[in-house]
Amino acid sequence: MPAGRIKDHWGEQRLFEMRALVAGTLMVLLTFTLLGRLFLLQVVHHEYYADLSQGNRVRTEPIPAARGLILDRNSEVIAGNQPAYQLELVPEEVPDLRGTLKALVALELIRAEDVDELMRTIKSRRTFDSVPIRLRMSDEDVARFAVRRFEFPGLDIKTRQTRFYPSAGLAVHALGYVGAISETDLERIDRAAYAGTTLIGKLGVESAYEPQLHGTNGFRELLVNAQGRSVERQGAFIPNLRTKAPASGDDVLLSIDLKVQRVAETALAGHRGAVVALDPNTGDVIALVSLPGFDPNMFGRGITAAEYSVLRDDVDKPLLNRAMRGTYPPGSTVKPVIALAALTYHMVDPEQRKYCAGSFHLPGSAHMFREYHNEHHGYVDLDDAIVRSCDVYFYGLANTIGVDRISTFMAPFGFGKPTGIDISGERPGLLPSRAWKAKAFTRAADQMWFPGETVNFGIGQGYLNVTPLQLAHYAGIMATRGKVWKPRLIAGLRDPQTGEIHRLPPVSGGDVTGVTPEDWARVVHGMIGVTTHGTAAAIGAKAPYPFAGKTGTAQVFTVAQNDRYNAKKLDERLRDHSWFIAFAPADAPRIAVAVIQENGGAGASAAAPIARKVLDAYLLGPDGKLKPAEAATQTFHDQPAPRAPEKIAQPLAPEATTQVPAPGTTTQPSAPDSTAQPPAVPPAEKPASTAVPPVPQVRSTSARQKQAA
Amino acid sequence: MIYEEISTGSRTRRTLTGAARVLFELNVDGPLVVGLALIAVYGLIVLYSASGQNVDTIVRTVVRLGLGTIAMLVLARVNPNFLRRTTPWLYAIGIILLFIVAAVGHIGMGAQRWLNLGIVRFQPSELMKLAVPMMCAWYLHERALPPSFVSLTLLGALILVPVGLVAVQPDLGTAALIAIAGALVIVMAGLQVRIMAIFAALAGIGAWFGWSFMHDYQRKRVLTFLDPQTDPLGAGYHIIQSQIAIGSGGVFGKGWMNGSQAQLEFLPERSTDFIFAVIGEEFGLLGLGLLLLLYMFVVGRSIFLAMQTQDTFARLLAGSLALTFFVYVFINAGMVTGLLPVVGVPLPLVSYGGTSVVTLLAGFGILMALYSHRKLVSS
Repeated sequence: MPAGRIKDHWGEQRLFEMRALVAGTLMVLLTFTLLGRLFLLQVVHHEYYADLSQGNRVRTEPIPAARGLILDRNSEVIAGNQPAYQLELVPEEVPDLRGTLKALVALELIRAEDVDELMRTIKSRRTFDSVPIRLRMSDEDVARFAVRRFEFPGLDIKTRQTRFYPSAGLAVHALGYVGAISETDLERIDRAAYAGTTLIGKLGVESAYEPQLHGTNGFRELLVNAQGRSVERQGAFIPNLRTKAPASGDDVLLSIDLKVQRVAETALAGHRGAVVALDPNTGDVIALVSLPGFDPNMFGRGITAAEYSVLRDDVDKPLLNRAMRGTYPPGSTVKPVIALAALTYHMVDPEQRKYCAGSFHLPGSAHMFREYHNEHHGYVDLDDAIVRSCDVYFYGLANTIGVDRISTFMAPFGFGKPTGIDISGERPGLLPSRAWKAKAFTRAADQMWFPGETVNFGIGQGYLNVTPLQLAHYAGIMATRGKVWKPRLIAGLRDPQTGEIHRLPPVSGGDVTGVTPEDWARVVHGMIGVTTHGTAAAIGAKAPYPFAGKTGTAQVFTVAQNDRYNAKKLDERLRDHSWFIAFAPADAPRIAVAVIQENGGAGASAAAPIARKVLDAYLLGPDGKLKPAEAATQTFHDQPAPRAPEKIAQPLAPEATTQVPAPGTTTQPSAPDSTAQPPAVPPAEKPASTAVPPVPQVRSTSARQKQAA
Repeated sequence: MIYEEISTGSRTRRTLTGAARVLFELNVDGPLVVGLALIAVYGLIVLYSASGQNVDTIVRTVVRLGLGTIAMLVLARVNPNFLRRTTPWLYAIGIILLFIVAAVGHIGMGAQRWLNLGIVRFQPSELMKLAVPMMCAWYLHERALPPSFVSLTLLGALILVPVGLVAVQPDLGTAALIAIAGALVIVMAGLQVRIMAIFAALAGIGAWFGWSFMHDYQRKRVLTFLDPQTDPLGAGYHIIQSQIAIGSGGVFGKGWMNGSQAQLEFLPERSTDFIFAVIGEEFGLLGLGLLLLLYMFVVGRSIFLAMQTQDTFARLLAGSLALTFFVYVFINAGMVTGLLPVVGVPLPLVSYGGTSVVTLLAGFGILMALYSHRKLVSS
């Protein structure tokens, strides 16, 4: 205790009172500071915090719309929906994403090789959206997860509608399939619109009509607590939350007839190949087969990497849509259109018989163009040449017409360009011409078109490449005598709520013009001959309806000059592809079909019987008789029509003027027949014209007139 | 008419006089008890909502309030001279208990703070909230004021030993409150302003020094206080959510049991340290204003009582108790509104849990005793 200081009680009292006063003032000031802070939070920034608070408590949960069904023309379901369990993950609720996925691998719910892909998918989604990571769980999977559920915050098993294809692989290449939404899919869709959606169309109809099939997702506002769990109420208060019901996607009505599709797939089963059947009067695709196929349900439930690599690496390429993406030389199936070209250009006298000795030589060349199987047809006219598929006749014909004219004439028949079918992925094939060759090759020596290549063109070999769809399309144009309809799989859409059907009108592809009815009739007559007494007589026999067809054999393996083709000696995969195109009934066609069986050998033996089964399945009733035609079907009469003024086919116009008939041919340019010219071009300009070449003519007008009469 | 007025007035006066007599007999201060009771009732109403309508929580809080009231009533009757004489013993026991806690403390709430006495778990640091200011007042009681340098050194040691022991538990909030309670005694004793300035400078150095000894979570709290947005889901989550709660409450609030931040558990520690935000959300600016008004009344009345006491021990202790109460309120409210860092200080009489309610009411009991026995005091 310090000495000399005595307690001054009054002084201390005053000191204390002074301090208390200061402290009191200070406290009032601090309290006002606090109130100021509260004013700032609760009055000035109230709106801001109110919004944050609302965002905290209300979560919008998407309600996925039911995907539209896909039905065939008889309303049979090809693609429907089925409830299934799936494991879903909300990224923001998962503390350790990679660890969680690894734990799921340990539970055998996902595969180790999928972890990285899943990580990427999850990261690309909004953090509060539920991301499906395992689709179509079995009951056992569900049980295995359920007992360990507490270890997995942010994961839940949901019951969702998934895609189901009841007929498994039937028409899979037309239908496409649905699969989990991938990163690339996310780039082209509106993420907000797909919140809650698990599957997206990947190919075929599923992909082409994705927007219609998908529908509009709805949403439900949920009151959530801080753990993200949905709660019924907050304290004593039940809030008013909004809900919007989803609108189901439209049902897609296909033109495909599953009965015919099944027959076609059964007939082709065990082989590689394709069948395309369509209604030539509308372009409606009746069947679109590509074998081997695969089960699209694999993708819907989440295909494993192993399963996928099996599909991808299979030598038979089950994932390849041969009907639209397989390109093959058409072989002899092009002969009708070559014949039509020759007739239209007046470069053949159809009545004139030429001698077939089994081989063809270009003048001045030792190269031998051989007849298939080294046959000798003897004297054949145009009709015989189509009926018996005489190569030598068509070698000469092609040589006479010239490559550019053939190419120009064939273009409107859909060669060398996509047919415009309403699903994507179609390949254009290749229709060669001089101009094409000059562009396609870099070496000057390769850029030149050789006369021998024109000769091969005449029997559908060489550079010419087509898809089965293109050939069916072409058969359809032959059937309708020049009417071109874009092939289509989707005939209409149906609103699932009202049942209202919106039918899509057929889309014209620009008709083939300039071919006279009697020329059509002559070629079609030849094609009917094929099935009655020609190369396909065996399968045409006893058909309850007349039908037109053409066999074709596409070379895979080039036989050496002095060798003979022997199918038995060749490896199976080097054997020729077997083609057949047909339409029926010949006088009033309702169906056109193209069949290819890869490595099937000659067209008549492999492809033609399949085509016949398809025709029967579509045309015959249960009694084995021809079903009555529907009202819309067009009727043609194959009597040559009264002669109309001749008109050159419109597409002839751009024919190159440099075209010179191959040396040594008997043709000689005759004076242009004024009636044969497009009216727009005055005759005086013709010699210098770059647009229209003189049309060489083999026949006299009188001969034609005689024949027409 | 006049008669009637007088008649009603007299009846009221008679009732009040009766109550005052009872309170006087109990050595209890009427206005202070009313203020405390209003806060406690307000607290119970809020707690019912904040706890998610948990009746159990309310029952337990009422029991604690009852215990606190008993402690208050008992201490209010104790003769301040007796209290003063026992102060060194109380302080010594507190120190010993703190050492025991440090040695064999029971692990509770992630920190060693509890002493398990079989039936009750006891927090010695709570005892020190009272024992330290009492000890300081006891020391200064017989000495001339303002305190000399030697006294200050000794007082510093008396304060820092328990503060250090609590801080290592680690319970930074309580340690700070104990230090403040002790320091306020010295300040009220007339500590010179220049010495205060020196201490402020020393505190700055100490803070820098303390930083290097802090646990990571404590540092994080400090950093997050400076910028809560840096860690919105981690350490900043508390303060962001509490500001959302208060701000979204607006002037009138969302209504009782209707605060989505609190009810849906976005607000962490909603019934304990952050209950102030629940009031702000559900009762708005008006609700918080009312609460602060009640607190100011209690503090003001306490200071008034402190000024009425007649000896140094009583004056200093009563002043310290009154100011400490305000400090509690301000630190909690400042923390919840984002003015101060997040330190674990409960809102007095409203926050759920712990023995702090008992300690607080015991403190007010002592304050009332110091006031009501003032005529008996001999210097």
